[in-house]
Amino acid sequence: MIIRTPLTLASVHPDIGLRVALARTPADVVEQVTRSGIRGRGGAGFPTGLKWRLASEAPAPDGRRHVVCNADEGEPGTFKDRALLSVVPDLVVEGMTIAAWAIGATSGVVYLRGEYVYLRDELESCLARRRAAGLLGNDILGTPGFCFDIHIRLGSGAYVCGEETALLESLEGRRGEPRNRFPYPVVRGLYQAPTIVNNVETLAWVPAVLARGADWFLGIGTPGSSGPKLLSVSGDVARPGVYEFPFGVTVRAVLEASGGEDARAVVVGGASGVCVPASDFSRGISYEDLCTGGAIIVLGPHRDLLDVAENFLEFFVDESCGQCTPCRLGNPVLLEGVRSLKRGECGPERLGELRRLGHTMKDASKCGLGQSSPNFFLSLVDRFGPEISDRVPV
Amino acid sequence: MTPLPDTLAAEDADLVSAVDALVARHGSARGELLPLLQDLLADRGEISDLAVQVVADRLGIAPTEVQGVVTFYKFLGTGPRGRHMIRLCHTLSCVMAGARDVATTLETELAIPVGATTPDGAVTLEWANCIGMCATPPALLADAEAFGDLTPERVREIVAAVRAADVPG
Ligand SMILES: Cc1cc2nc3c(=O)[nH]c(=O)nc-3n(C[C@H](O)[C@H](O)[C@H](O)COP(=O)(O)O)c2cc1C
Ligand code: SF4
Ligand code: FES
Repeated sequence: MIIRTPLTLASVHPDIGLRVALARTPADVVEQVTRSGIRGRGGAGFPTGLKWRLASEAPAPDGRRHVVCNADEGEPGTFKDRALLSVVPDLVVEGMTIAAWAIGATSGVVYLRGEYVYLRDELESCLARRRAAGLLGNDILGTPGFCFDIHIRLGSGAYVCGEETALLESLEGRRGEPRNRFPYPVVRGLYQAPTIVNNVETLAWVPAVLARGADWFLGIGTPGSSGPKLLSVSGDVARPGVYEFPFGVTVRAVLEASGGEDARAVVVGGASGVCVPASDFSRGISYEDLCTGGAIIVLGPHRDLLDVAENFLEFFVDESCGQCTPCRLGNPVLLEGVRSLKRGECGPERLGELRRLGHTMKDASKCGLGQSSPNFFLSLVDRFGPEISDRVPV
Repeated sequence: MTPLPDTLAAEDADLVSAVDALVARHGSARGELLPLLQDLLADRGEISDLAVQVVADRLGIAPTEVQGVVTFYKFLGTGPRGRHMIRLCHTLSCVMAGARDVATTLETELAIPVGATTPDGAVTLEWANCIGMCATPPALLADAEAFGDLTPERVREIVAAVRAADVPG
């Protein structure tokens, strides 16, 4: 695992955050997390404190609530969660335990992608160590009535299972087909019980927020995107790997750190993300500007952007669950469109149709997969117009 | 799919007891279907049509429900496959770093195209989507292990190691 910058999380003392949390009421912990401004690090950026509050307030008829750690990390170009699970697994589990206290959960699941099965034994030993130390199980750290344990479930090679409702379907032993999102998992999640699904990195920051205080976290990053963020940098760079930056870091600064200064464009957000031209390298990585779960793929001067679009669309055609029409039928059409552009056979009218199709897919697809699969293609058409029109016969 | 027949051939008894052992370990709740199928595949090397029927019977659900799950997940799937799986990433960062050339080396070494199984049943070669090894591309999964920074020599070593570990069955 290549980690290129010192990780703040590596210097967070274990189990201080948990002790701080247990000395407070659950509502107070939710309040701290909310005040820190921390937002989901899996890509969508939902405010973590709000998610926890909604789950803690949702009625749980049989008294059950669940904490799910989303370790399905499947977005092309993302590998920072693998780094965290290897380097600081205790913090991830501690974050889940704090979440359980905050929302009143008794059970937790780590949904680990099947491709990462080699991490399972280490994670199991981490859980066993923590049970033995009274950090999981009954009356955690001597807190009467606080009982919480975690088990690990493996995925089986399906990108869409990273989508939180598909993940819950998979945990219930079904095809990983996303659910309608009303109700949200915080209200009716795993087996209908209030459930929070959080990304590995989100959970890993939670003990740090509790141990060092919400103000510490708020002091890093931008007003709308507090805290540090891990980025997975790959592609045409001298030093690929995991980097930590405060939110708001510019694309250019990331390129300088990783040795990709001659990039012609950067993919921010993996296959679901957008293509950022060199003229925009002063833009920042944050929820309010370039929003991403952390995948940065650098494209050098010699790269054909249509090759990139083709690769991503092949990925989505392969990974679409097929449940809804815009995504199941739209992705193959976009893919064929990109191939015809490469052959110089896509006229201006057809290009216009493809663009409208992309927007329809964004509006009408059932889950985030189909809603974001056109992003890269649309960003090419919108931001690299001259380059695309060179390939369009008149 | 047809329901489980009342009487099973003697050679199928083995499969039935394997499923029953797994049901004893995991329980028969629907939610245990994925771990059960994952273990079944690891134990038996394939999820046969009969296995689908036996699992459905033991969990009290329709065989089509089990079949639907088996065919949804790329790491499950019906039918025979190699005793070892080599999955080469063909997503962007790996392709930019030469995954196609690695595929050629693998195809030559194994004498099969991507998507096929060696005639001795030892190895299935497949494409995979991003396996989270993009910082050391090109990359592959050989069974449960990940390898990055692949070169032709490295690939030959990996194939040799997989073959050396193979126990023909
Ligand atoms: C197709 C698709 C795949 C996703 N994959 C992941 C993933 O691998 N890991 C992840 O944390 N979130 C993933 N998400 C986002 C989750 O649905 C969810 O927003 C996230 O787990 C919430 O955690 P957070 O708020 O801590 O980020 C994916 C979303 C979609 C639409
Ligand atoms: S958008 Fe795609 S992945 Fe999502 S539900 Fe529809 S078909 Fe399935
Ligand atoms: S692109 Fe091959 S491992 Fe990520």
